[in-house]
Amino acid sequence: MSRYSLASLVRNAFSYHENWQAAWRNPEPKQEYDVIIIGGGGHGLATAYYLAKEHGITNVAVLEKGWIGGGNTGRNTTIVRSNYLWDESTHLYEKSMKLWEGLSQDLNYNVMFSQRGVLNLGHSLQDMRDIARRVNANRLNGVDGEMLDAAQVKAMVPILNTSPNARYPILGASLQRRGGVARHDAVAWGYARGADARGVDILQKCEVTGIRRESGQVVGVDTSRGFIKAKKIGVVAAGHSSVLASMVNLRLPIESHPLQALVSEPIKPVLHTVVMSGAVHGYISQSDKGDLVIGAGIDHYTGYGQRGSFSVIESTLAAIVELFPIFSRVRMNRQWGGIVDVCPDACPIIGTTPLKGLYFNCGWGTGGFKATPGSGWVFAHTIAQDRPHELNAAFSIDRFFTGRLIDEHGAAAVAH
Amino acid sequence: MLLIACPWCGPREETEFSCGGEAHIARPADPDALSDEQWGYYLFIRKNPRGAHLEQWCHAHGCRRWFNVRRDTVTYAITHVYKVGEAPPKDSA
Repeated sequence: MSRYSLASLVRNAFSYHENWQAAWRNPEPKQEYDVIIIGGGGHGLATAYYLAKEHGITNVAVLEKGWIGGGNTGRNTTIVRSNYLWDESTHLYEKSMKLWEGLSQDLNYNVMFSQRGVLNLGHSLQDMRDIARRVNANRLNGVDGEMLDAAQVKAMVPILNTSPNARYPILGASLQRRGGVARHDAVAWGYARGADARGVDILQKCEVTGIRRESGQVVGVDTSRGFIKAKKIGVVAAGHSSVLASMVNLRLPIESHPLQALVSEPIKPVLHTVVMSGAVHGYISQSDKGDLVIGAGIDHYTGYGQRGSFSVIESTLAAIVELFPIFSRVRMNRQWGGIVDVCPDACPIIGTTPLKGLYFNCGWGTGGFKATPGSGWVFAHTIAQDRPHELNAAFSIDRFFTGRLIDEHGAAAVAH
Repeated sequence: MLLIACPWCGPREETEFSCGGEAHIARPADPDALSDEQWGYYLFIRKNPRGAHLEQWCHAHGCRRWFNVRRDTVTYAITHVYKVGEAPPKDSA
């Protein structure tokens, strides 16, 4: 892999930028790998990257049924933050945040990570109490957090409607200054390039149709490109986790729902931070090319169709216009849906399974993008060592039988 | 947007309804007799199929009655609507 640098930019300018090396190879599948990762989204590619980088396991394949970054990695609203309530999730997301902070340098690929701050608005006294509790919990865990009152919110984002006469008046907000956004495609491409450079095979258009096992141990996968042997298989398939689990008669506490998002036409810079509101339920930021990136909640029915109902978009935009009357006449450019794997406690499942050599990383639901680096990092450790890292030990599937849930649904008090 | 045929009120648009998730999950008759794992299965584990799905809906802004639906989770097409207590369509997963 040739490194990206000022020198390489100048060198390639002489050939009119027509001779840049492809960012990753397009190899034929080998007969056998040490580890197979099913799912070529951000989490799967990050897992492969850290398997190679941190654990020296380079005979790895990432199997993707579509193309790299074509699933939820390229469909989310790119928000990154680590201000969760409970210790377990705060530590996991903060690990991710620390990796984000050095990611572009580590990957030699600009993921455009922009720590522009994330505001979580409060609209009622109870919202403000919850925010105070969460900010204090964050600070006790060494994660930055501040509380703002309505005047401070207004000073930071003048276009927000902070009138006390609003239907849902803004009373204040939490602010995590280290939060922000990143370029989602670049995260997938950067991890793919980094993993490929360390010897990982990225196999696109390679759909897994079955997982073979012999006497309680996985031995390989049947794919649309033939049978591939492996003694360790990591499944990172987001919305399709239940489908893959059913191949080995494993059942998960997961339901797949459509989650929609949309972007506006590009407009001049008007919003320099990320604004989220759990109460009116919407979140918004402005991308570097000027479009407003908007998302909200899931459709309530389950679905694998990568699209949802219009009424959800309508209520999302009603919330955004409630917060930002100035956006009422901005036109929307595109809308889409992704399939998110929602767990009952809104926390992921990362760990081993009863089947030897099979590992699952799923249940990230609506908030997986921010966790991409940390998720890959702990999952690589789990696969390499055959046991969870202390950061993901609490996120085993056992918690649904012991009752030790990590309830972030209400606790984080926000839409993801 | 789904068009759902309430067995009592006829076809109405989705916003009148609330979705109650997977149908035919019976509460165990004697929860105390269950192991933690069996209880966890009852509470949390779901089929989540890709394809035909039997699910319960409530006509929340209409007659407020519950009923069952067979809906395809890929095409979202609703193929059967039947009342609570009636047998699900035979070819269902």
